[in-house]
Amino acid sequence: MKSQTISKETVDELARDHKPLLSVEHAQIGYVVNGKAHVAVGDASFEVYPGEKIMLLGPSGCGKSTLLKAVAGFIEPFAGNIKLATRDTLVPGPDRAVVFQEFDQLFPWKSVRDNIIYPQRMIGRDKDEAGRRADEYLTLMHLEPAADRYPHQLSGGMKQRVAIARALAMDPAILLMDEPFGALDAQTRSRLQQELNEVAERTGVTILFVTHSIQEAVYVGHRVVVLNNPPSTVVEVVDVRDVHDPADEGFSEAMVHLRSLLSAGDETLSDAAFE
Amino acid sequence: MTTLQRDQDLSVPRDDGKVRTSRKTWGSLPTGPRRALLLLALVAIWQAYVSISGVNPLLISSPWDVAKALVEGFVEGRLLDATLITLRILLLSMLIGMVIAAVMTTLATWTRIGEDILVLLTSILNPLPSIAILPLAILWFGLNTTALTVVIANAVIWPIAINVSMGFRTVNPTLLAVGRNIGLSGWRLVRDVLVPAALPHTISGLKTGWAFGWRTIIAAELVFGVAGGKGGLGFFINDARYFLRTPEIFAGLVTIALIGIALDLVFSYVEKKTVVKWGMKSGT
Repeated sequence: MKSQTISKETVDELARDHKPLLSVEHAQIGYVVNGKAHVAVGDASFEVYPGEKIMLLGPSGCGKSTLLKAVAGFIEPFAGNIKLATRDTLVPGPDRAVVFQEFDQLFPWKSVRDNIIYPQRMIGRDKDEAGRRADEYLTLMHLEPAADRYPHQLSGGMKQRVAIARALAMDPAILLMDEPFGALDAQTRSRLQQELNEVAERTGVTILFVTHSIQEAVYVGHRVVVLNNPPSTVVEVVDVRDVHDPADEGFSEAMVHLRSLLSAGDETLSDAAFE
Repeated sequence: MTTLQRDQDLSVPRDDGKVRTSRKTWGSLPTGPRRALLLLALVAIWQAYVSISGVNPLLISSPWDVAKALVEGFVEGRLLDATLITLRILLLSMLIGMVIAAVMTTLATWTRIGEDILVLLTSILNPLPSIAILPLAILWFGLNTTALTVVIANAVIWPIAINVSMGFRTVNPTLLAVGRNIGLSGWRLVRDVLVPAALPHTISGLKTGWAFGWRTIIAAELVFGVAGGKGGLGFFINDARYFLRTPEIFAGLVTIALIGIALDLVFSYVEKKTVVKWGMKSGT
């Protein structure tokens, strides 16, 4: 297993050669319920280059989370390819660390620090190294005061910080985030978006981020992959890497553009319903 | 401690509109002293009743006589031996029951037929008081420890198996996904994610199992106390009744109650140090 995971060196090499780290090629993804296949993602293609923050944006039910699960290796695409570097993403692995939306993704029986140490031990790091790394990421995510607490003693925002620290400490080739701030209040949410941007800048980690918030997509992302209604396809990939400040004109322009892309999908749906 | 909440708001307005000020009340005392005082009062009433009413001491012993019988029983050894015999059989049966429950739960978690068998067997055998199969056990194994062990083991298997398999089946899927994401599979995933995640159910299963086992063994010993030539606590009580040693009957009952309480405290302690500390179960 370990030999199959994508190493940091491979990622650096890809960055030098301007080659994509993750490529999704004509992926068709869905679920089988009672023997019947439900296609969520009809035909999706896009690429993620090393160091990029790619946002998957789309209406609910468009299969953006499903797509992320396929990249994580939890489900297999019906058709098409999902490749990390050159390898198919068939089984889950720590090179694609996932941060889930649910607050209960932390191991309740481990302290915050041990939650961050444990996965590192599983990928073969020794105790001292794992402890050192844990402390590093505890500092980075402003978690030092909570290091010895148990997850149930933390607020939702703190829990998500721990989940991000835990994922980053594994040195993943790509960080997969499935609406990680979706269940947070607005204030905590924008705090965490800001912190994530800072951390991503510092670590240079590649991120694939699922969201249904246009604001979040523009604020966090470098590029936004817009999906339409299921069976969904990629409508457009919007470059937003030059807009960071919500006060900027460009920011609201990008938001308006994304909103028009999303509502275009809605109109076709309502037309179809009328016919 | 649900009672604490009730005690918090002491300054509620009374019917006449005046506000009752908080003062030292029964409810403001800590739990320990409250219970100790009640127990003391109970013993005092008991002693007073025996002293004043002139009730036949062969029917009701005074607390003082019971205490004497209890100390004597343990110093001289008859009550101590009986207790040890009972505990030994209970421990052995619990071990056997736990192993069988573990095997059944494993099968039930991994295979559909295993689950079906477990559900069927539990629905038949769990509502059946285990003591009811004692006659059958005696018929099969004779008047010996084996029959007792079988009955006790049967009493503990089902609550444990139901709870543990429920615990495994209701493990939070997000935690399982996290486990797989960090590269865990097979035995590792079971040991590091499934087992700790199912711990609240496992402990409550064991707790119920011990309680069932404890009640069943006393009952079974009352029905036939002679196990391998020596009797346990149930036998001790029945024997004392036969020879009209009433204080010993009470001493036996007190011992049974104390051990029951002790077992409960052990489990509460384990829960406090694990699942309650981890926020997986609220404190009781």
